[in-house]
Amino acid sequence: MTTGYTAFLLLCVFIRLHFQVQKILRERFCHQKLPEKPEGVEAQHKHLLELLKRTAIHGESNSVLIVGPRGAGKTMVSLHSGLKMGLCVEMPEKKMNCIEVCLLQTDDRIALKEITRQLHLENAVGDKVFGSFAENLAFLLEALKKGDRSSSRPVLFVLDEFDLFAHHKNQTLLYNLFDVSQSAQAPVAVVGLTCRLDVLELLEKRVKSRFSHRQIHLLSSLTFSQYLERVRAQLSLPGSFPDSKFAQDWNGGIETLCEDKSVEEVLQRHFNSSTDFRSIQMLLMLCLSRVSVAKPTIKPADLLEASRLCLSDAKANMLHGLSILELCLIIAMKHLNDVYEGEPFNLQMVHNEFKKFLHRKSNSMYNFDQPVIMKAFEHLQQLELIRPVDGSSAKTQREYQLMRLMLDHSQIMEALQKYPQCPTDVKQWAMSAFG
Amino acid sequence: MKYFTRLRVRRVYKWRGEPESFNRKLKTYEYRSLEISVEGLPRTTVITTGQHILIEGDDEDNPYVAKVIRLFGDESGKQKKAVVQWFVRVSEVPVSKLKLLGREPHRQEIFYYQSRSCDDEVNAESIIRPVQVKHLDGAAPFPDSDDKDTLYVKLSWDSKTFKVVDAAVVESQPAPASSPPPHPKPSLPPSPPCSPPAAAPASRGPSRRALPTPDPTIMRKAASGEVRYSRTTMSAGKAGPLEAESRHSVTKLSASKCLSDKRRNASARTPGVRKKLELSSADDMIPQDILSQLLDEEQEVMLAQRLSSSPPQALPLTHSLTPIRRAHTAPIAPLRISLKPSVVVLDKLSEMDSPPSTARDDSTSPQLDDVMDAEFPNGSVKTPRRRRNATPRRNCVTRSEQKATTPSQKREQKTSKEPALAVLPEVDNENSPMLTAAVTPRSSKRKSAQLVSSRIRKQLNLDNQQELNSDTEDEDEFVPSKKDLQSSEDEDEEEAGLGSDEEVAVKRGRRAAAAAGGRTPRSKQKTRVSTRTPRKTPSKKVTPSTPRTPRHATPSIPSRTLPARQPTNVLEEARTRLHVSSVPESLPCREQEFQDIYSFVESKIIDSTGGCMYISGVPGTGKTATVHEVMRCLQHAADMDEIPPFHFIEINGMKMTDPHQAYVQILQKLTGQKATADHAAALLEKRFSNPAPRKETTVLLVDELDLLWTRKQNVMYNLFDWPTRRHARLVVLTIANTMDLPERIMINRVASRLGLTRMSFQPYSFKQLQQIIMSRLNKVKAFEEDALQLVSRKVAALSGDARRCLDICRRATEICEHSGADPSATGLVGMSHVMEALNEMFSSAYITAIKCASVQEQLFLRAVIAEFRRLGLEEATFQQVFVQHQALCRVEGLQPISVSEGLTVCQRLGACRLLLLEPSRLGVLQRVRLNVSQDDVLYALKSE
Repeated sequence: MTTGYTAFLLLCVFIRLHFQVQKILRERFCHQKLPEKPEGVEAQHKHLLELLKRTAIHGESNSVLIVGPRGAGKTMVSLHSGLKMGLCVEMPEKKMNCIEVCLLQTDDRIALKEITRQLHLENAVGDKVFGSFAENLAFLLEALKKGDRSSSRPVLFVLDEFDLFAHHKNQTLLYNLFDVSQSAQAPVAVVGLTCRLDVLELLEKRVKSRFSHRQIHLLSSLTFSQYLERVRAQLSLPGSFPDSKFAQDWNGGIETLCEDKSVEEVLQRHFNSSTDFRSIQMLLMLCLSRVSVAKPTIKPADLLEASRLCLSDAKANMLHGLSILELCLIIAMKHLNDVYEGEPFNLQMVHNEFKKFLHRKSNSMYNFDQPVIMKAFEHLQQLELIRPVDGSSAKTQREYQLMRLMLDHSQIMEALQKYPQCPTDVKQWAMSAFG
Repeated sequence: MKYFTRLRVRRVYKWRGEPESFNRKLKTYEYRSLEISVEGLPRTTVITTGQHILIEGDDEDNPYVAKVIRLFGDESGKQKKAVVQWFVRVSEVPVSKLKLLGREPHRQEIFYYQSRSCDDEVNAESIIRPVQVKHLDGAAPFPDSDDKDTLYVKLSWDSKTFKVVDAAVVESQPAPASSPPPHPKPSLPPSPPCSPPAAAPASRGPSRRALPTPDPTIMRKAASGEVRYSRTTMSAGKAGPLEAESRHSVTKLSASKCLSDKRRNASARTPGVRKKLELSSADDMIPQDILSQLLDEEQEVMLAQRLSSSPPQALPLTHSLTPIRRAHTAPIAPLRISLKPSVVVLDKLSEMDSPPSTARDDSTSPQLDDVMDAEFPNGSVKTPRRRRNATPRRNCVTRSEQKATTPSQKREQKTSKEPALAVLPEVDNENSPMLTAAVTPRSSKRKSAQLVSSRIRKQLNLDNQQELNSDTEDEDEFVPSKKDLQSSEDEDEEEAGLGSDEEVAVKRGRRAAAAAGGRTPRSKQKTRVSTRTPRKTPSKKVTPSTPRTPRHATPSIPSRTLPARQPTNVLEEARTRLHVSSVPESLPCREQEFQDIYSFVESKIIDSTGGCMYISGVPGTGKTATVHEVMRCLQHAADMDEIPPFHFIEINGMKMTDPHQAYVQILQKLTGQKATADHAAALLEKRFSNPAPRKETTVLLVDELDLLWTRKQNVMYNLFDWPTRRHARLVVLTIANTMDLPERIMINRVASRLGLTRMSFQPYSFKQLQQIIMSRLNKVKAFEEDALQLVSRKVAALSGDARRCLDICRRATEICEHSGADPSATGLVGMSHVMEALNEMFSSAYITAIKCASVQEQLFLRAVIAEFRRLGLEEATFQQVFVQHQALCRVEGLQPISVSEGLTVCQRLGACRLLLLEPSRLGVLQRVRLNVSQDDVLYALKSE
């Protein structure tokens, strides 16, 4: 009796700890919190920090572009630096206004409103955000013009997805921000984040001239061992975990997991495909969701399964849901593609191909009427497995509209392998060299 | 009938009575009154001289206001003319200047116009009707009546500052018709017996006259109105230096000729104030020189010598101006600070010529007076008698005015009227120096003035007692003993932060000015700096300090709590100087362009005509900077009355959201009105096409002209058409990048109006760039010679963009600073640092990006090249590349990837723009192209 009760209590504690693990790790993978210190990009981070420091301390206006591929940590670096500037303990007085504008601001008008809002300037006009774009621009420029180097608080503008701003009309916002940064007005630091290496070519010449041409490239040269180390760090529990025994066990489990040969292979494959850390977080998240009270550790099998889910081909998966008729049409299209070397086809051609197959087999099982085939064809089009050739107008009848197949042969073959209860003759037809 | 009159009023103008006199030279008849009758109505209106009238203007709702001074017609009787004294409405004062007022102007308020820039002779037929103009005391509130026909005058306006105007000027009958008073001098404001300003002159010459016993009531008033003293002396102190300055400029032959000279001067002083102070000090020195030869500092001597290059007799005259100014600005200042300042002047003077002990108790030092009398023997002879007669009456007026000012209101007035100070110099310049000189001694000898002097002495004693009651500020300023005075001055100097190594003369001059001015130097500095800071463009000259109404609220970035740190080492110093935003003292390498633009604009301003100029040049060649520099110089010249005043406004095509916003912005900067684009265009059209007797030249700078292009090009058309109007007085300077913009985008009628005044700014050559950096660094030794040359050569070869050059140098200093740990380094920016900076800025990151890409990405790039080679084309579909990719994977011993994975890899490369892709919805069918050359890719992949 007592042993049973103790066991129950132990189980309760265990369950609680388990939930805590889930919580910590899930937050780590999904919340995208700013890390304590930037990893892998220390040099660039220092560079940016120096630059912002000069804006903050000396009131010197600057503009800089941070260029790096997706997931390289551009936003992290810039926000980290901005935050450090704003909250740095040694200089609490030199707070910066950190303005972040990004993808959501699809044109200058919205971006300006957002800037005004973030600068807390909208109160100056009696609590109403005023009407026209022109007024708004004049208002903001006036505000910035009134400041000067020594007395105004520096403002940090972070322009996320900088290249999209370059597509705004006349690049008005960029021109004005850079112009402020190049004239004796309120000190500003304009930080543009982009993943385009050719972003300077997008700028208009006078905008370009006003930009200081500083670029910080965030190009990670991560090795596999470092990558592995980061995976381990991501999965490990922190030292502050309440039950140290549990934490030790968990961390030990992670150690063994990472040393597993198959796990290493999976990770290597992910590493080869992308050094970006966000993809691995995705993978680890899938792993974590397979952990339960009944199965309290991550097994190599979990990782393999998660990896399979991650890397699976979306289009091939879609093929699994098709009917036999639709699959047959796809196979017919594949044959047509083989015969005509990728030339477009229309429904009539596909139907003919299909009829040839039926004749050979002399099996009435797949005898469908024209409307039924038409319907199946349309369904394929809706799934975007086939798409009409550009430029073919709606004038032509649907049966004769030219189409292209959006699938690779390997995808079709893979799907056929896995298709449940696929008729053998269909399989053979697909594999045969001629239709 | 009524209907008719409303539609179109036709007025008939007739002289009333016989001509009063006949001017033989001009062949004109003078009349006393004019009769206006409206056709169809029996009633007639009579306009007599001295009456206030409304005159037709461009704004029908707000016709011009003026006072008739003289009415005359030609022999034939066809031409009827009137000489008028203008008043300006609130709406006519530029918005930026309205802020000088320091309060909300009243709807019905008008200002006595003191500038001579406009014609005061109008066609009598433009007179609409008489109007009631009332003079109000500075402190008196505006009556609440809604009577539209009554206008109120409190202040005068001379296109620079507001000044309190005297009731006599406004309401009394004018001086005899033969001498129209276009400026306030002839109709001198009174110096009432109780008015402190008169004390100053009086104190100089009372030895010969018996001092009347002071009237107790007046004493009381004087005690309460002690501020007046400081007020007046303040203006006196200010007037001195300004006068000197303007004379200084007169000695130069022409503004443009001396420009380079001036600019050299300008580089010597940091704030715009310095030069002026120098001069003022020198000016103060000269009387000193004459009086007692007490010059002890070498620099002062030198300055005096420099000044004496101007006509020598002018010097004493200037000095003698002081008392009269004191006298006539007296009513301006119903203000309170303390008695001290005026005393300070005396101190100063007596300090100059006699042992300081006599300084103040007995402020009448006989020698001084004698000297002054001796100096202006002709003064008394030439004084018009009329003036003396006028004095008592005006005194009365001011006295009543004084009564009206209650102590509680004084503080407010002081702040509101501070800017009025700058008025004087202009007025002085317009008078011939001889006249001024003549007036001076006379006024100083007025009986009433002497009366006051004795009162002042009493007052001093009173003030001693009052000192305890007054607040600290007043205590500071009221300094009974001379020693204290000195020390307070020293403090002032420290506060002003002028204790730099400049000349001691600056200090001295400052001290003198501060002493004479009697206002806190801080406020003085502020006002001056705000008007003269070289960094600011004239249009920004007066920025509103606090928004008054929410509608015009101009918010600002919150200010920082800790001041920005100043650069501490050479590299930081260099970096600050090299920042594009730091405006250099001069713009080297653009002298010719500067000269051309300057003379163009100057000539247009002087001739009061209009014109267009087109300036082109690639970005970063100093177009806007040069124009701003020209405007600064012109504004300076205008401030010193070398050229008529003008209005500079600036619009930038990039800073507006729509070309038509240009109208809105111009209108707002010109008049402060807010209007929609269409309405603004109409208003501007009217403004520039209608004649207006009172109009300043407007200089309009249109930056980034190409963005004002519209399909019908009406914005550009209007901008270039206005200057050609006869009455527009508009100079348009346009800036754009392309040289052939007029030919390329403008239709003929627009291009034709733009005219052929073109200027093109060539990209800087490497030598020029080098010179620019050198001049910016200004002897801060931070760069090695070779390093500078490398930067400038590199930039000159690429674009000739000065901004780029400065940015590279700035980056190089940073790199140098970070590598500063190296002990062998000289601490200077060397070749290696510059090379690194250049590499950073000019090299593309494609190769590094490929090197840092993941294995699959690199493999995909290889597959792309392989497929290109196979096809012999520079383009392939993803499907084709993917086949190659699969094959390569097998070769490399990697697990083949799925199509989805392949697409992800491809998209990532596309996001970096290593590949150019079609929209991703095309899936496997999307076409792929390389954005880098194949060789670069192979190089990057091989070197691994």
